[in-house]
Amino acid sequence: MENNLLKVNDLIIEYHSDKKIVQAVNGVNLELNKGETLGLVGETGAGKTTIAKAILRILPDPPAKIKQGKIFFEGTDLLELSEKKMSHIKGNEISMIFQDPMTALNPIMSIGKQIAETIRLHEKISKARANIEAIKMLELVGIPGERFGEYPHQFSGGMKQRVVIAMALACKPKLLLADEPTTALDVTIQAQVLELMNKLKKELNTSVLLITHDLGIVAEMCDKVAVIYAGEVVESGSAIDIFDNTAHPYTKGLFDSLPKLDSMESRLKPIKGMMPDPTELPSGCKFYDRCPYAVEDCKSLGAEKKEMGSGHYVLCRRAGEVC
Amino acid sequence: MGNILEVRNLKKYFNTPKGQLHAVDGVSFAIEKGKTLGIVGESGCGKSTLGRTILHLLDSTDGQIFFEGKDITRVNKKELVKIREEMQIIFQDPFASLNPRMSVRQIIMEPLIIQGVMTKAEMEQETDQLMETVGLARRLSGAYPHELDGGRRQRIGIARALALNPKFILCDEPVSALDVSIQAQILNLMLDLQEERGLTYIFVTHDLSVVKYISDEIMVMYLGQMVEKAPADELFDNPLHPYTKALLSAIPLPDVHAKRKRILLEGEITSPINPKPGCRFAARCIYATQECAEPQHIVEISKNHYVSCHIAESH
Repeated sequence: MENNLLKVNDLIIEYHSDKKIVQAVNGVNLELNKGETLGLVGETGAGKTTIAKAILRILPDPPAKIKQGKIFFEGTDLLELSEKKMSHIKGNEISMIFQDPMTALNPIMSIGKQIAETIRLHEKISKARANIEAIKMLELVGIPGERFGEYPHQFSGGMKQRVVIAMALACKPKLLLADEPTTALDVTIQAQVLELMNKLKKELNTSVLLITHDLGIVAEMCDKVAVIYAGEVVESGSAIDIFDNTAHPYTKGLFDSLPKLDSMESRLKPIKGMMPDPTELPSGCKFYDRCPYAVEDCKSLGAEKKEMGSGHYVLCRRAGEVC
Repeated sequence: MGNILEVRNLKKYFNTPKGQLHAVDGVSFAIEKGKTLGIVGESGCGKSTLGRTILHLLDSTDGQIFFEGKDITRVNKKELVKIREEMQIIFQDPFASLNPRMSVRQIIMEPLIIQGVMTKAEMEQETDQLMETVGLARRLSGAYPHELDGGRRQRIGIARALALNPKFILCDEPVSALDVSIQAQILNLMLDLQEERGLTYIFVTHDLSVVKYISDEIMVMYLGQMVEKAPADELFDNPLHPYTKALLSAIPLPDVHAKRKRILLEGEITSPINPKPGCRFAARCIYATQECAEPQHIVEISKNHYVSCHIAESH
């Protein structure tokens, strides 16, 4: 497949602590094509960030252990690469932006220098040339070039996140891993940053793996969606599949938990209970205890992967009957 | 029903090395008993400071606060203890606001011990009752905050706020740190409690869909001032202030077919230190005219719908 950029196959990741084993990622499959945005949706502890870090191979080992799986980037399994080859891919081909822009920047280095440094790390060009490139990147994300010499504390949160985006895109990566990039920002600033990401994505034809818990952002940004629950992809497909033909009870529960702006409901319908403890995952379907449609088979036989329509997969024995 | 809380021209300034920071600058409103007033705005708009000033966690610089008709703007220590029984607070971060060395039971019982009117047995019984009310299992009595997830921690915060049977609760971003499925559980709990106990809430948040769900009236703040206030549905159906319009249009909707025009604001909130007279939003406003440099007045455009913008007025 020419068009395919990233393919994650049957990924299993555990965290080993003193006596316990945290089963963070339990057999995840993902596919991302060139120029597409894939939304990775789920709640705290679902395993979203762990997956992204595994792709970039920045999981701390120990405690993290990749037990099984392959991560193909343009046909090469990243998990098989040498450290040296991988470090060439980091930043050049794949880069990542994190939720908190304050901790991603060096407080005692001017932002212009930080961007130029990133560029020089990956491209053999002169300092002066890198500085010019850095100014270009700053202006691309809407920050005046004259602020090149200023330090992170002189910028607001939204601007810092734009600096981080400029840095991540400085080497024109093919894949951008964006981990909750706007969660720490106010809505009007979030709107600016999302607009900017969309614009840059089109200009540079970057693919984006967007991690978020906000279904509004998914609707706005993503072509495809994978919903993660307790380390498993419970539903995946095009954004239209997920939003219009929701098939997994968990996905439906997420939508029902959201207060709507356009309707007058008297009460929200939350999902009862909580996500299972990842150190003691239940047997059978992991959503069993919280699912309003669960039957005996869900526990004893476990969940079953079904294809609802072309490319729309659901990990649920009763998909199609219920929801 | 009468107003339980009324605030008149409330101001809270902080002295900073660069000058006076106008965190809350002349805010007036009233809340009816049993209702919820939502206060929305972006970081730094003064919404939390406003709440905390009302609760006397911060001293006001100027203006008046009336609770059940009584002026409580300046109170002595003894009166303050009494007010604390009537007015409580739930914080955003349920972890930072719970003592890590106290068990769930001790945290919930602490207000009762301080109040000192119940016997030990009565307090034990009341604590059991409170835990049940907020949906905390009895077996968690001896657990410590770090052993619990965010949703349960927030339930402890709510139980503690309810312990003295207050009439009014300030909820400062109570669900912002929670996942959506847990957020919905807590919001429903808060609505149930309001119905059962006739509580009045001020609900401070930056999340506009949450505020619409829980509030009867909504006040929008910008740089320490109220720019618009209206009944919840009216505000969403018919926003008048340019800032409110931009804020509402910026919310990402969970609908793939949503097509709408977004008003993208340029720039960010300007400094609240020594602000100039005139509209504080003018620098970012696409409709701004010369008249915006004049001080703005709050006008009631239609019933209970207030706005502070001369352009919105003339439309």
